[in-house]
Amino acid sequence: MIWLTWRQLRGAAVMTAILLGLLAAVLVPTGSQLAADYTGGLAACIRGDDCVGFYDQLFDDYEIPFLASILVVLILPAMIGLFWGAPLITRELEADTHLLVWNQSITRTRWLAVKLGFTGLIAVAAAGTAGLAVTWWSGPLDQSAPEGFALMDPLVFSARGIAPLGYAAFAFALGVTVGMLVRRTLPAMALTLVAFAAVQLAMPLLVRPHLIPPVTSAFELGRENVDGFGINRDGTFDVRIKAAIPGHTGAWVLSSELVDPSGRTIAVSGQDGRITGVSTTSGACAPAAGSPDGCPAEVNRLGYRQKATYQPLERFWPLQWIETGIYALLTAGLTGLCFRWIRRRLS
Amino acid sequence: MTTVLTAQALGKRYGRRWALRECTIDIPAGHVVGLVGPNGAGKTTLLKLASGQLEPTAGDIAVLGGRPGGTPAQLARVGFVAQDTPAYAGLTVAEHLRLGARLNPRWDDGMARERVARLGLDPAQRAGKLSGGQRAQLALTLGLAKRPELLILDEPVASLDPLARREFLQGLMEATAEHELSVVLSSHLVSDLERICDYLIVLVDSRVQVAGETDRLLAAHHRLTGPRRDPDRLPAGQHVVSARHTDRQSTYVVRTDAPIHDPAWTVTRLSLEDLVLAYMDKPAAADRRAPLEVQR
Repeated sequence: MIWLTWRQLRGAAVMTAILLGLLAAVLVPTGSQLAADYTGGLAACIRGDDCVGFYDQLFDDYEIPFLASILVVLILPAMIGLFWGAPLITRELEADTHLLVWNQSITRTRWLAVKLGFTGLIAVAAAGTAGLAVTWWSGPLDQSAPEGFALMDPLVFSARGIAPLGYAAFAFALGVTVGMLVRRTLPAMALTLVAFAAVQLAMPLLVRPHLIPPVTSAFELGRENVDGFGINRDGTFDVRIKAAIPGHTGAWVLSSELVDPSGRTIAVSGQDGRITGVSTTSGACAPAAGSPDGCPAEVNRLGYRQKATYQPLERFWPLQWIETGIYALLTAGLTGLCFRWIRRRLS
Repeated sequence: MTTVLTAQALGKRYGRRWALRECTIDIPAGHVVGLVGPNGAGKTTLLKLASGQLEPTAGDIAVLGGRPGGTPAQLARVGFVAQDTPAYAGLTVAEHLRLGARLNPRWDDGMARERVARLGLDPAQRAGKLSGGQRAQLALTLGLAKRPELLILDEPVASLDPLARREFLQGLMEATAEHELSVVLSSHLVSDLERICDYLIVLVDSRVQVAGETDRLLAAHHRLTGPRRDPDRLPAGQHVVSARHTDRQSTYVVRTDAPIHDPAWTVTRLSLEDLVLAYMDKPAAADRRAPLEVQR
């Protein structure tokens, strides 16, 4: 049975192997170059004390391959669900070949087990290889990426570590299950794509933030979390904060708000928040003030704070494991459904 | 083993429609059984139940004394060639044989290769490029080389041209004689079955109308032609299968074990085709069914 499964998969597997080979051919040389650039540049910037500038430069240099590699890892599971999962059973049903194979001396349960197990394993291995290779390649960039492209940000998180393995297993099982229910290849592929995309959107938006209860705490305003100050024509004073938190570089910030001394939210990150009690004609926040760091201290003294809810960077691996576990459970559930279905419904 | 297939009040329902109902049959071993009936009569359903691809909704079925399809051992004993003889289009003839060898413990590789060579099939040819007749022969080879005790074929020749049809049935007949296996094959054409079947089951309207050895069936059925007469006035031992009336004349097909002595009738023997057609003549069968059931 393994022979037959392999024989049926051969074309697609060879194709995928070629694509993975191409990916490796691009990643390996550029990855070594990237690692060398990083260590060299870092040594230079620590002496010269302008590492932020170096990080920005490095990221700019590698931005296109960085984004492209994320895209590859995100799309690969969907492709596996579409082209390996959905047709796995429907192709047999459409050509009636299931009637041929079910009448050899092998039970359908065993037939399905081998097909699912063997094909699924190769699918997961392919997606996992791509995911881990890209994780290795982008290691230096993940250390230095700007806000929005950091390791914990939803898109990057999904393309790193072990999560792609879970996605691939789930997409494959989803494709097979939908195929069994719909029984026709093209509608099954379309439905698989829609369902998988929905789950992949729901996961980072609705589920992942709550996998571990996020941390909420208040931070003093400073260089890292203040986007800018503004003095209006009528003499009032505004502060705009960012979604970054001081002392927690790389954290996944779920919300960042400016709160007044009584704890009331007056603005979310990116919006201007009106600060009362700051003199705009004299003192630290006046346009004529000497040091740029004096003004935040003045605002802090009045009791204004940044209130942020976030998942710290240290939770990267716990979150990866939990999320992969969830996808593994979903995969197991769908697989169970497939076995139930083949015993009771299909003919 | 004296019976290959026994069914007790077997029924299969799809939603609210019964595809097969109250099917009670007992097919002895060593026959080539023809299952005949119009399209949609339930032939495929019965055969799929026998090969374990469907679960019965009602009643019981046993094939070679076991529950169909449950275990690899049971699957190994029953061969099945599905309607339109499907094959993997992307696999070559040789790969199909390899598939058979890998998936069947009793696979007869020598026989399979010999058959393929004799049929002139190119082992390197992909099944998708074979003609309908060649593909049917390949499917039959797979079914035979599995060395089953019972081979089931569902409309194997329905889509073949007359020449391929004859070659297929010829091959089936030779293999049956050589390997002493029982065969059940279905068709909606009696002419396909006439030459090779020695046992007949007529299935009409999801019910078994008649089943038995062809010789005995032919001996027990007669066509009576004579002056117009009501069916009530026929002797008690004569069961009307079909009836046709004109103003003056009545034509009956009756089943009886006793000889017919009534001088008013012209008695003629039926061909197998006439016999089957008589049972497919639905209105008469429906009229007669009710009293028959009361008698039981």
